[in-house]
Amino acid sequence: MKGFRKGGIHPPEYKISKKEAIQDMPLPESVVLPLGQHIGAPATPCVQKGDRVLVGQIIGTPNGFVSSYIHSSVSGTVTAIDNQPDVRGLRSPSITIKVEGDQWLETIDRSDALIKNCTLPREAILKKITEAGIVGLGGATFPAHVKLTIPQGKHADVLIINGVECEPFLTADHRLMLEKSEEILIGVDLLCKVLGVDEACIGIENNKPDAIERLSQLSLNYPRIKVVPLRVRYPQGSEKQLIEAISGREVPSGKLPLDVGVVVQNVGTAFAVYEAVQKNKPLFERIVTVTGRSLAHTSNLRVRLGTPISSLIDYCGGLPEDVGKVICGGPMMGRAIANINAPVTKGTSGIVTIREKGAVRKQPQNCIKCAKCVSVCCMGLEPYLISKLARLERFDELEALHVTDCLECGSCSYTCPANLPLLDYIRVGKAEVLRRIRINKTQQNK
Amino acid sequence: MKNGKLIVSPSPHIHGPLSTKRLMSDVLIALIPAFIVSVIVYGVNALIVTAVSVAGCVLFEYLIQKYLLKGEPTIGNLSAIVTGVLLGFNLPSTLPIWMILLGALVAIGVGKMSFGGLGCNPFNPALVGRVFLLISFPVQMTGFVTPPKVDSLSGASMPTEINADAVTDAVSGPTLLGYVKESLANGLTTEDIANRLSYNDMLLGFKSGSLGEIAAMALLLGFLYMLCRKVITWHIPVAVLGSMFIFSGITWLIDPMHYMNPAFHLLTGGAILGAVFMATDYVTSPMSHKGMLVYGVGIGVITMLIRLWGSYPEGMSFAILIMNAIVPLINKYMKPKRFGVCPAKIR
Repeated sequence: MKGFRKGGIHPPEYKISKKEAIQDMPLPESVVLPLGQHIGAPATPCVQKGDRVLVGQIIGTPNGFVSSYIHSSVSGTVTAIDNQPDVRGLRSPSITIKVEGDQWLETIDRSDALIKNCTLPREAILKKITEAGIVGLGGATFPAHVKLTIPQGKHADVLIINGVECEPFLTADHRLMLEKSEEILIGVDLLCKVLGVDEACIGIENNKPDAIERLSQLSLNYPRIKVVPLRVRYPQGSEKQLIEAISGREVPSGKLPLDVGVVVQNVGTAFAVYEAVQKNKPLFERIVTVTGRSLAHTSNLRVRLGTPISSLIDYCGGLPEDVGKVICGGPMMGRAIANINAPVTKGTSGIVTIREKGAVRKQPQNCIKCAKCVSVCCMGLEPYLISKLARLERFDELEALHVTDCLECGSCSYTCPANLPLLDYIRVGKAEVLRRIRINKTQQNK
Repeated sequence: MKNGKLIVSPSPHIHGPLSTKRLMSDVLIALIPAFIVSVIVYGVNALIVTAVSVAGCVLFEYLIQKYLLKGEPTIGNLSAIVTGVLLGFNLPSTLPIWMILLGALVAIGVGKMSFGGLGCNPFNPALVGRVFLLISFPVQMTGFVTPPKVDSLSGASMPTEINADAVTDAVSGPTLLGYVKESLANGLTTEDIANRLSYNDMLLGFKSGSLGEIAAMALLLGFLYMLCRKVITWHIPVAVLGSMFIFSGITWLIDPMHYMNPAFHLLTGGAILGAVFMATDYVTSPMSHKGMLVYGVGIGVITMLIRLWGSYPEGMSFAILIMNAIVPLINKYMKPKRFGVCPAKIR
């Protein structure tokens, strides 16, 4: 069984909602659509307060190459274009739309019919993907068209599709692979065409044997695509780890997957590509896992972007009394929610409730130098040392320890027997080192 | 959710099952087989020595933490118990109680708490205590009781002239290492000695020595347990024992009449206790696997140098303490292998 070699952990999986079929989340009364739902420059609004919009209509246009379109997820009236709080409680420019009915753009094919053939040239497919506002749906939200545009002098020969879903609790990708298997394969095929590659590997961890079996069987009709079962190990969904697990290629420190000839996309992204190209449907809804050990009805919901997170929780039985923390994303890398009324965005893969007793951090003790953080670090760093130097603000020494390689997977903090908040300090150190590197660069340019 | 307020903190939001306390309890469980053997071989004395040592270590840590460092009590993490058991395992069964307590005071007070407590000490506290006692009271520390079974099972008793100056009682004698070293110095060959040794006894624990160092099988059982529970990795024990094996193997091949064979060296003295339980002490061993191997080989080589050509019959304690001192240097130069540094294939 393939898998990445260095470090990693195996937290309890808690895939409670894996048997729950995807359901449609009812439309909310109004949606809040932030203009920056992706990595890169926020979109520029192209509607005005009082405008009537339809489902799928463009309401924000990209601001540069690394940016993305924003579409309305509902039909109704734009009631505000102002700053609204996100999950962290920080305000960012957003468009608020009051829902009136559910009227879709007529160009969108709403039928369930599977459309296999695509005669469009690659430029046209890429254009459709760009205009559908597709970003990486695994949680990183990097605009898909940027990754699919291969710069001069670079060359890709393998497309890797991330169906790993290594975070505990989350099952959105798992359900999608089971229920939309054929669509995903067509989407992958379209991505192959855009990139001009002849080989695509879908990496799936073997805790999802049903998805592996279904996709393997269907992929027999797609000569370019093969399914690669992977042993269960966190953080296998990390780009560099997944590439190594599947192709054996190590992306050098500070380089991109394309430098070893690989492009990685998420299965959710592949499905969105299918819908965009074959159904003319832009990205305005996504699958969100709503789960937690004490939640009444754990579910996998198809949610219109902009729906308040609180209404998802209410739909799943309400927030239980014993919950102390709600996470947007998975429990290893997700964000603790400060504002429960914040909207679902393109990067929201799950909402996980954590019970109070698990939400309170344990008291840190002395580091006993057990070296467990070193052995679980998948980048081969020394978390104990980086964390200590960052705490002492000895930032000068951190760059030499390659703190910038850290992907913030949290394996070190998870493992630490002394309950030290290793990653907290590493993040501080990494941010400071990156800031200094930026300043140096701008000074050199002058 | 209380008062409608949510807890917000950076990721990760879950923590694994590991804790210092759990790791320490696993080490204690791994020490149980060796403890049982020591009680079988030495009887109630073994129980008393270990109990006094543990009680002393826990008490001194509690008192120092409370009255001198004025901090939260730390005995709950069980590390003082581990130190106590390991110190006890490094003592002969006949040591007077006041000496054991003094050893515990030095181990915990000087070896551990003076540096700030658990995690801050550069040297293995149990070995600091043991070496302090060894240098201060060499006679009592090397006057081992020879278990009665050695005579009956191996068929040959140790020469009585060596026992003549023993202080404790009639059946006390030197460790096998001491005995062999002295015999070789007196002109005996390894063949003469080999006739008087039983390797079965060495494996099972019927030989004279410190409480915990006598039973190779029991110690290896503890090693297996710790490996399975992922308390330690294989690197340090294998490096220590492997380098001892190779070192003694070379000398044995060169001159088998005057150097004991590798099996003898691995099964006697504190080789296994040291390699499995003392050298692997988290706090005082290196952080990277590469570093662990270097550290382990260093311990093995220094131990053999002392055993073969030093003035002490056994050098495991000294070897570990010497390598402890080099650990910061090892950590500085032996870094873990990073991801993506020398990639196999770049297109």
